[in-house]
Amino acid sequence: MSKIRVLVGTKKGAFILTADGKRRNWTVSGPHFAGWEIYHVKGSVADPNRIYASQSSGWFGQIIQRSDDGGQTWNTPGSASEELKSPEGFPRGESNKFVYDGDAGTHKWYDGTQHPWEFKRIWHLEPSLTDPDTAYAGAEDAAIFKTTDGGKTWKELPGLRKAKGQLWQPGAGGMAVHTILLDRKNACRIYVAISAAGAFRTDDGGATWKPINRGLKSPFQLPDPDAEVGHCVHRIAMHPSRPDVLYMQKHWDVMRTNDAGGEWTEVSGNLPSDFGFPIDVHAHEPETIFVVPIKSDAEHFPPDGKLRVYRSKTGGNEWEPLTRGLPQQDCYVNVLRDAMAVDSFDPCGIYFGTTGGQVYASANGGDTWNPIVRDLPAVLSVETQTLS
Amino acid sequence: MIRVELPFHLRNLARLSGEVELEVSEPITISAVLAALEERYPVLRGTIRDHGTLKRRPFIRFFACKEDLSLEPLETPLPGAVVDGSEPFLIIGALAGG
Repeated sequence: MSKIRVLVGTKKGAFILTADGKRRNWTVSGPHFAGWEIYHVKGSVADPNRIYASQSSGWFGQIIQRSDDGGQTWNTPGSASEELKSPEGFPRGESNKFVYDGDAGTHKWYDGTQHPWEFKRIWHLEPSLTDPDTAYAGAEDAAIFKTTDGGKTWKELPGLRKAKGQLWQPGAGGMAVHTILLDRKNACRIYVAISAAGAFRTDDGGATWKPINRGLKSPFQLPDPDAEVGHCVHRIAMHPSRPDVLYMQKHWDVMRTNDAGGEWTEVSGNLPSDFGFPIDVHAHEPETIFVVPIKSDAEHFPPDGKLRVYRSKTGGNEWEPLTRGLPQQDCYVNVLRDAMAVDSFDPCGIYFGTTGGQVYASANGGDTWNPIVRDLPAVLSVETQTLS
Repeated sequence: MIRVELPFHLRNLARLSGEVELEVSEPITISAVLAALEERYPVLRGTIRDHGTLKRRPFIRFFACKEDLSLEPLETPLPGAVVDGSEPFLIIGALAGG
């Protein structure tokens, strides 16, 4: 029987929500890692029992957790004593050891001076599409790391920070690689997005990267209209069947590229606000996309106190509000950038979590919504696994 | 035998309850206790002191015999009562945040 797993990261732990393909009756498991910030939980496409979780704390730093049984039990890979010693007796790496490659160098600080790179946490984990032991991790301060041993050890792909990293500058939320998209048609191509540096692409498996920000406009943030980096990209999304078409929710503006980031055009159209965080693509309709407009960068809540998902069936520009089942008065939550996901059932399911602790689900492509849970800690991330 | 008390979250992470008892070779310093602790519980590496620099994390505090040792050099010898096991070495999450 088909089944759906919704993996939810929150400010105070992880939760796993499960249901059958009808998506009516849900079981809630958690909190896992209670009391810790769980920035992201994501399962492997290659082995759905393999799930990675980023667990962090301002007190105790970064931990990577791994489950090999679909989230029932968890372990910190590579932390057993016998795994930590090489045959010669020397200590090896650990699952929570994220060290920048070589001389970490500096990036631009808030006051315009240069500031050393300092690792803070992992925002996003992206398992390989083909190998459950391979995964990528997006870090704050912005960098991408890779494991090929199931999370026991992580190595930076330093080429990313060589893409004008000295000019990258943190935004109010820090400076992190928060989006990693793997191209299903080209194993060497990866996209990342960084606040507040922009979008970047590698075509050689991560050795070298280039900014792909042409067409983005950030007039108050970046007076130079042709600035290659420095744009505050909040999220990018793709449909697996069309990896050259990307959709972007920027700090302001919803954007689209048809040529893998060669040129972006604005598709905000009739949205009530083009500020927001998440953006996602329908599982079976590559031109159907979803955003959650937020009033402004000064007021991080929905316009008019109405929580509305907006859907475009034309790849942008023409948007319709989806409101049935969502609060339409006195609602002042936010939906963070990693807190929206789709499943691959037909009809497609859409899920998003709020800073108020609700996780809403639609089992009909966004037409109607229901809360799966209402009172979790603030939701940081939502991912799905559609299981057959 | 050196007794070490860990904060709630690190006890959970290391899957232990109560105090930890460690054999530590002399000289018994903060650094030596942390090294022995991390060797026994590798998952704690990076959670009390940073990888690489081995500096105490900002919101971690060390106490022993009612004294705050957090700002002492890590090579500071621990008090006799900790060395003879009559008092624990305390690793504490600082009161910070919300």
